[in-house]
Amino acid sequence: MDIPLPDIVSALETIMSTNKENRNDHIEDIQHHIKVYMNVFIALAFLTMVTVAVSYLEVSFIEAFFIAITVATIKGSLVLGYFMHLITERQTIIWILVITFIAFLILLFIPLISLTDQVNTW
Amino acid sequence: MSNLPYILEERPDTGLNNSKLGIWIFLASEVMLFGGLFSAYVFLRIAAPEGDFDYWGSKLNIPMATFNTLVLITSSVTMVMSWASLKMQQFDKYKMYLGITILCGLAFLVVKYFEYTGKFHHGIYPSSSTFMGIYFTMTGLHVLHILGGLLVLGFFWTSQADKMWEEDQDLLANRIEITGLYWHFVDLVWIFLFPILYLL
Repeated sequence: MDIPLPDIVSALETIMSTNKENRNDHIEDIQHHIKVYMNVFIALAFLTMVTVAVSYLEVSFIEAFFIAITVATIKGSLVLGYFMHLITERQTIIWILVITFIAFLILLFIPLISLTDQVNTW
Repeated sequence: MSNLPYILEERPDTGLNNSKLGIWIFLASEVMLFGGLFSAYVFLRIAAPEGDFDYWGSKLNIPMATFNTLVLITSSVTMVMSWASLKMQQFDKYKMYLGITILCGLAFLVVKYFEYTGKFHHGIYPSSSTFMGIYFTMTGLHVLHILGGLLVLGFFWTSQADKMWEEDQDLLANRIEITGLYWHFVDLVWIFLFPILYLL
């Protein structure tokens, strides 16, 4: 015998099945992320070996500096972008970091002012 | 269960929860802390007699530091995997990945201990030269950050995490995400310390 279910029960069933689908989608998303994390890990390990190998080459300091900082920046960007999820992060955080980076550049270069001092003691 | 507002839910004005905003502002202050030392390194190097930094830098152990770099990169990926495991409702895997992260952090400290004691054994101290002064300062501060991170990771590996998981799964996942952001930052600092101190 068919017992008619109250509307609220069928509505709940719909919500529950939707939640289940969402959860499955969510798990698929995470599984996709895991593949990306593994690729980033391989890239980081490879770039570490590259930067060490380059340091043994006979190149000038400027060339060595340029290569080392470029590789470190690429590695840093991978960590920031993927492990720290910055590529999908809100604008608020991006702006905090942009302002911090500008402040860091000022901190880095402010001592250069001493090179142009009037007393010229350096 | 936390009664504090906006720990998990987003604030309408910032579009973020306070946990995430808080850790990123803290990390911004950390950028300035290490940034000051990077700036000091650049100007000490410019002012140093020619070949001085090369001479003292050649006394550092590159294979050990390369190994430590790989250890920290591994710890970063296991950290993010522990968070992903929580998101997939796999608490056992979370514990396993977090355990590996802690072991990697400890391995980093052990290698660093042998590096430092090796230097001391050869009579090299922070006072030996300008390079050694900035080397011990920068790596020492980094080691302190690893120690701090390990304390937090250790806490989330204890039975406290089991209790949190039972009470509020989203809250634990959020805390691990925030802890992970700090841990990845410590890895990020080392990614820049390694080439400038050991390779240049």
